[in-house]
Amino acid sequence: MAQLVEQDKQTSPRLAHYLAEYRRSLERGPSQPRWVAQARESAIAQFERLGFPTTKIEQWRFTSVEPITERTFALATDGAELAASQAQPLSAPIAHAVCVNGRFAPHLSSNLDRLPKGVRILGIEATLASQPSLLEPYLAKLSLTQTSAFTSLNTAFLRDGIVVVIPARSVIEQPIEITFASVSENGGSISHPRLLIVAGEASQATVLERYVGQGAAFTNAVGEVWLGVNAVVDHYKLQEEAADAFHIASMLLHSARGGTFSSHSLTFGGRLVRNDVIARLDGEGVDCTLNGLYVGRDNQLIDNHTTIDHAMPHCGSHEVYKGILADRARAVFNGKIIVRPDAQKTDAKQTNKALLLSDDANVNSKPELEIFANDVKCTHGAAIGQLDDAAMFYLRSRGLGVSDARAMLVRAFAGDILNRVKIEPVRTYLEGILTARLPHVE
Amino acid sequence: MLEIKNLQVRGGTKDILRGINLKVNKGEVHAIMGPNGSGKSTLARALAGHPEIEVTGGSVTFEGKDLIELAPEDRAREGVFMAFQYPVEIPGVNNAYFLKAAINAQRKHRGLPELDAMEFMALVKEKAKILHLDPSLLNRPVNEGFSGGEKKRNEIFQMAVLEPKLAVLDETDSGLDIDALKAVAEGVNEMRSPDRAIIVITHYQRLLNYIEPDVVHVLQDGKIVRSGGKELALHLEEKGYGWIEAEPQLM
Repeated sequence: MAQLVEQDKQTSPRLAHYLAEYRRSLERGPSQPRWVAQARESAIAQFERLGFPTTKIEQWRFTSVEPITERTFALATDGAELAASQAQPLSAPIAHAVCVNGRFAPHLSSNLDRLPKGVRILGIEATLASQPSLLEPYLAKLSLTQTSAFTSLNTAFLRDGIVVVIPARSVIEQPIEITFASVSENGGSISHPRLLIVAGEASQATVLERYVGQGAAFTNAVGEVWLGVNAVVDHYKLQEEAADAFHIASMLLHSARGGTFSSHSLTFGGRLVRNDVIARLDGEGVDCTLNGLYVGRDNQLIDNHTTIDHAMPHCGSHEVYKGILADRARAVFNGKIIVRPDAQKTDAKQTNKALLLSDDANVNSKPELEIFANDVKCTHGAAIGQLDDAAMFYLRSRGLGVSDARAMLVRAFAGDILNRVKIEPVRTYLEGILTARLPHVE
Repeated sequence: MLEIKNLQVRGGTKDILRGINLKVNKGEVHAIMGPNGSGKSTLARALAGHPEIEVTGGSVTFEGKDLIELAPEDRAREGVFMAFQYPVEIPGVNNAYFLKAAINAQRKHRGLPELDAMEFMALVKEKAKILHLDPSLLNRPVNEGFSGGEKKRNEIFQMAVLEPKLAVLDETDSGLDIDALKAVAEGVNEMRSPDRAIIVITHYQRLLNYIEPDVVHVLQDGKIVRSGGKELALHLEEKGYGWIEAEPQLM
């Protein structure tokens, strides 16, 4: 312990703050199973070793986390109030779970007790107390394999969150919706939301994660998704936090043979946003679709990093990310595809496109292919462009105003992502906010 | 209806239109002919309000309003329509959806109730029938993957749906085979009415066999150098544009 304190002095006081918060959380938090305590201990050690990333690190080259590290975020306390409108579900779900500042809020959740047989949507803290064996094979098992300071920090503060368990052969048609609300306290607090999805063999489910919030909160989220053999999960993440919020999130997927996973990452809110989606296709015949749409304005920075790790033969991955940037908004896209030596007959396709509505907006886009097998098909393409002047004039010459013409072209640009959103009320909602969020022109 | 006085337009460092004077009354069809580079398309674009057109002098009055001052969408809402020489492909925007938004933007401007989906479809079906247009084009993205003939017919179709007061057809005949040309001309003739004026801009006399103009103007080097009846077009066809330069017009 003395050594730890010594190190604090030498390293940054920025790290020392979180190390102290960690110790405080151990003292004040509930008692946890030993494997959780060990996971947290190794995570905080990794966080301390890594430190916050700088732009000298390749994965963070275009995204400075200085606005986060220069602040001192205290761990959000329990009992923050959430605006009633933010607690409403969007997708007409079968059940709705709500977390406020990373803590499960049963009183805001609905229909969790009316789920089909065997399907469970539970708070992680309560489950660790009542039936930890349900979580032990999965919880933090993916996140501990990552060497990311933010993911480690989340795991170090592991206490609560939501777990969704879909038993084998259970097919749920209506979406499961989970709202993660981050409510800032005292001008800036941090929370570490966590989601664990375990989809059993040949099960099918749709999960919508929606992030909302108030104030300059820092949301440091981690999700882990386990797909069993032939399981199908359609996952949506809709991020609409406040304009001054910070959002760093990793979603980690592990799929067994024949799994089908689609992810729709829809980013609108936040001042500094970083999404990592890391998918490990660890069985034959896995099909993985990663779609993304992000809309930035003002000074927003939206960074999407994806990794698709083809570890086994005959897997397919299809990735389309599209961004729309106005004002001085910036974006980063990095799409990594790994094809390991065993992953013959891989079929991987990646596309990313950005539409810049202002001369001051910009995007840094990079595909990263690491191919170690010889019988594979990998394609990637990127395009960055402005609104087509000829198309604008054409639409206006028929009587459409500048705003309407632009909205029509923006909608067309986002069309292939929106059309793949299968939850109808969500798609309608997205169409509305897509153009409403862009600066008005006439 | 339309009065153009001494219109001057610059493109880059070059004067493209150098003092156009033209008066078009309700019910009239005017043809504007001229060789390549004479300024025909620039005139059409100036009337439609293309943002790259820089008007450096003169005036354009449409039904008493200063057209130059109006944004392109306001010109359209006032009843000016230009059929593009090169219709723009707009992937992802459905043709019918676009046209419904356009007609309703115009109706709103004129204080008319917007058409609902049923009314719009009825209107569109009627116009498509008149123009022998394949209705499946309506459900495709605007002009995307259309053949040259389909694009031009789509322009005329839009004109038929939007029912402008003044239509300017910018080389609508270029690149059309004879059947497509006839279909386009038929559509234009359907639109002739005592309340509507049409300006047909063309390089060739051929289209004027099917759309009979009231007045023919010859545009050369940014100016209208001669105006006359439909026989002027036949003279041009026979003798070529060189004939005009060789034989100064007796004013």
